[in-house]
Amino acid sequence: MYTQAMDTMAREGAGKLERVLSADEQVLQERFDARIDAGDFIEAKDWMPDNYRKTLLRQISQHAHSEIVGMLPEGNWIGRAPTLKRKAILLAKVQDEGGHGLYLYAAAETLGTSRDQMVDALHSGKAKYSSIFNYPTLTWADIGTIGWLVDGAAIMNQVPICRCSYAPYARAMIRICREESFHQRQGYDSLLVMMQGGTDAQRAMVQDAVNRWWWPCLMMFGPPDDQSPNSAQGMRWGIKRVSNDTLRQKFVDATVQQAQVLGVTLPDPDLKWNAEREHWDFGTIDWDEFWRVVGGEGPCNRERLEKRVKAWDDGEWVREAAMAHANKQAMKEAA
Amino acid sequence: MSDAKNEWPLWEVFVRTKAGLDHKHCGSLHAADPKMAVQMARDVYTRRQEGSSVWVVRSDQIVASDPGDKDMFFDPAEDKVYRHPTFYKLPDAVDHM
Repeated sequence: MYTQAMDTMAREGAGKLERVLSADEQVLQERFDARIDAGDFIEAKDWMPDNYRKTLLRQISQHAHSEIVGMLPEGNWIGRAPTLKRKAILLAKVQDEGGHGLYLYAAAETLGTSRDQMVDALHSGKAKYSSIFNYPTLTWADIGTIGWLVDGAAIMNQVPICRCSYAPYARAMIRICREESFHQRQGYDSLLVMMQGGTDAQRAMVQDAVNRWWWPCLMMFGPPDDQSPNSAQGMRWGIKRVSNDTLRQKFVDATVQQAQVLGVTLPDPDLKWNAEREHWDFGTIDWDEFWRVVGGEGPCNRERLEKRVKAWDDGEWVREAAMAHANKQAMKEAA
Repeated sequence: MSDAKNEWPLWEVFVRTKAGLDHKHCGSLHAADPKMAVQMARDVYTRRQEGSSVWVVRSDQIVASDPGDKDMFFDPAEDKVYRHPTFYKLPDAVDHM
């Protein structure tokens, strides 16, 4: 979901093309541009401009980090799922997120950076993950709401990336999108159970969760188009296919009716149908909050990263032991 | 801080979706040894019964054609249209052969 990397580049001073190209490189660059214009896919071993590689590496690795960190808010509820059925579903979903992280790390590795380098970048705070995972999951209704809204926003955002010009990323995204639909539907389904068969307190719990997640979900699509300076280059390269505001509008339009069917309201007094535009108008997003959360000051930034680093450190002896065992077996076989 | 030398080796994963079909490349993963690679391939790439058989191959063992030589390597087949059945115009009465 989780492709804010390009949007935060400008603020982090990344993504400037400073180097002057040699004559040979200029020819390669022209050929590359022509291939992009023709809608061709770029494969790992093909020539590509440095900045294309850098931008992709940034986006794919941060996307991978988001999937992995995204396991934490939901994993938090596996032990407390209300029924065995919900627990099995949640386990499957969290396992999927882990799988999605792995597909994406593998795609990023084809660009010439090792898995360990990427993990180090996440753990040192150098690399970011999606802002959405820095919000807490306070009740069981948060889990359903994450499936419905967070994964719903993710799908909206990810479907166009299946046509990304960088083929290994596009292939990973196709696989991910195929699996993601289950995530959204199981979330909505679990909320529906509470809204239709639950107590007043449970219904209030669902409404409360929706109230807390709605705005952060709208922020997931990234800053408005006029404040997203790297979008144009991303579009030119076929990395980004649809603009932030277009995707956000599409998400709002799709969600309004789902909220009505569910029986919850969306926490926005300015939400109303605009017959002229044939879209839902919505209120102003608090971008100061977005940038605070991206900058590390969200409710859970510290906790998420601490948990991630601890899991990695605690697993170190296992990774070492597995490697030592493999080396021993290999030596035995060679002898 | 992790050391790149300690990273588990990379494996390419090939999955046969069902009996009768080819194994098809579907991605890669890191694993310490062959047995672990097969088990992880199962968990990462066949969580929804996408496969009935899995192959894993160490990535550094794969020999591939050079993308830089793509034209030189594959173009010789380009002007050999007579290798295709459609090259031959036969009388209508027998053209379905």
